Amino acid sequence: MSRPPTSAWRKSALPGAGSGVIWVNAVVQGILLGGLYALFACGLSLMFGVMRVVNLAHGDFAVLAAYLALAVITGLHIPVLWSALVVAPLFAVVGYLVQRFIIQRSLDVSPLTTLLVTFGLSIVIQNALLTTLSANSQSLPSGSLASASVQVNGQLSIGYVSAIVFATSVVVVGALQLFLSRTGLGRQVRAASDDQEAASIVGVNVRHVYGIAAAIAFATVALAGIAFGMYSSFDPAAGPQRLIFAFEAVVIGGMGSLWGTLVGGIILGVAQVLGAQVDAGFGVLAGHLVFLAVLALRPSGLIPARIT
Amino acid sequence: MIGANGAGKSTLMRTIAGLHAPLAGTIRLDGQDITRVPAHKRVAAGIVLVPEGRRLFASLTLEENLKVGATRARRGRWNLGRVYELFPWMIERRERPTAFLSGGEQQAVAIGRALMANPRILLLDELSLGLAPVVVHRLYDILPELLASGMTVLLVEQDVTQALRVSDWAHCLLEGRITLSGRPHDLAPADVEAAYFGLAEKRASGRG
Repeated sequence: MSRPPTSAWRKSALPGAGSGVIWVNAVVQGILLGGLYALFACGLSLMFGVMRVVNLAHGDFAVLAAYLALAVITGLHIPVLWSALVVAPLFAVVGYLVQRFIIQRSLDVSPLTTLLVTFGLSIVIQNALLTTLSANSQSLPSGSLASASVQVNGQLSIGYVSAIVFATSVVVVGALQLFLSRTGLGRQVRAASDDQEAASIVGVNVRHVYGIAAAIAFATVALAGIAFGMYSSFDPAAGPQRLIFAFEAVVIGGMGSLWGTLVGGIILGVAQVLGAQVDAGFGVLAGHLVFLAVLALRPSGLIPARIT
Repeated sequence: MIGANGAGKSTLMRTIAGLHAPLAGTIRLDGQDITRVPAHKRVAAGIVLVPEGRRLFASLTLEENLKVGATRARRGRWNLGRVYELFPWMIERRERPTAFLSGGEQQAVAIGRALMANPRILLLDELSLGLAPVVVHRLYDILPELLASGMTVLLVEQDVTQALRVSDWAHCLLEGRITLSGRPHDLAPADVEAAYFGLAEKRASGRG
């Protein structure tokens, strides 16, 4: 049973507080939770938008990043946020290599093969983690950060962790968008995504550019993995359950659109928190229902743009 | 390079540009074997293709399409300003996607994109395909300027008269083989017709 990280929203409803405040609080916490989903989903969105690759191991790489962060934190005795400075660049390198040497090879065979290969990667990562690190669940020690929050007013408080994650998510999506639309390399990425062959005859090294896109996607996966690890505990099998949330965010927002993914993540987060407000067990289901409604009524998503 | 449909003209162009690997033989540039050099590196070596069907990038604006052409640009006279000098109408529409342009305008963008790389050898594949004759004429008008700058242009054209009018040297291709070569003014129309439709080939090989 997959559950959203429960520490994401702290019901700050005081006894006797108006019910309106409770709902406002739920929406705010939902938006913040949506930031986590968007941060997690934007790598999936980028890889799909640029290479048409659906990375089924996306969630497992996030879990792997969380384990790596744990090792870095305990090994180097640094605070949780600093671990991102080590894990994200490392994951960028991993992403480039995985793209060039594993995904690209399957992409050359057929797009369907990439599904099989990334599914295989997912199983390999899960089992490698299971055999080496056991099935015990872990969490990232975020120290005083975990319980610290800003009191907006009497009824509404915002946790540091969720605020930092949300801000990171907006910055990452904004930076990615700027990179794609304003830089020469971003232009090459879009050209390679539009038409591989035409890109190669204007001088774009398509495989290298795809590797760069994967490197960026994996760096965001690392950030998301660490964020998840701060929100809640993780274990080797946690990846696929989380992947569902990323898929839902991407589909709600519109395949391959980065701002759409941010919006999709936020809508999913709000739906889950509002659902949980109605009934504690209804949260995840409410998210799925919104996802299904969008899939039925607007299959191309709310912002059906290509990566531009 | 003239020849009927299916003669192998586009395949030849794509092979020179590096999009197809030849089954046999070698491709040489200045005596250097470039058969195994990938397409994007051939651009840096000076071989640039304007592909059949133009193949502009749909999610890029007109100017971005030109700029991406300079990804591996050699040093030379062509840059954004020069391309805009050649096609002044582009300046006004530089921020727009190319999907809204007419076929002739799109072809001009494709040529401009190729020029941005400062090619030594410009491969023009089916420049006139699907374009009105007056538009084709305007595109051909820029050829002398390109040739004057020392650029070699390899032109594939189905319109034989048009091709022979602008070229220094003509080859006729049939079923992947050159059936006739020569300077356009040395070629008799009857010979060209025979080579084009395969009469000469069949006569020569004794299969006719």
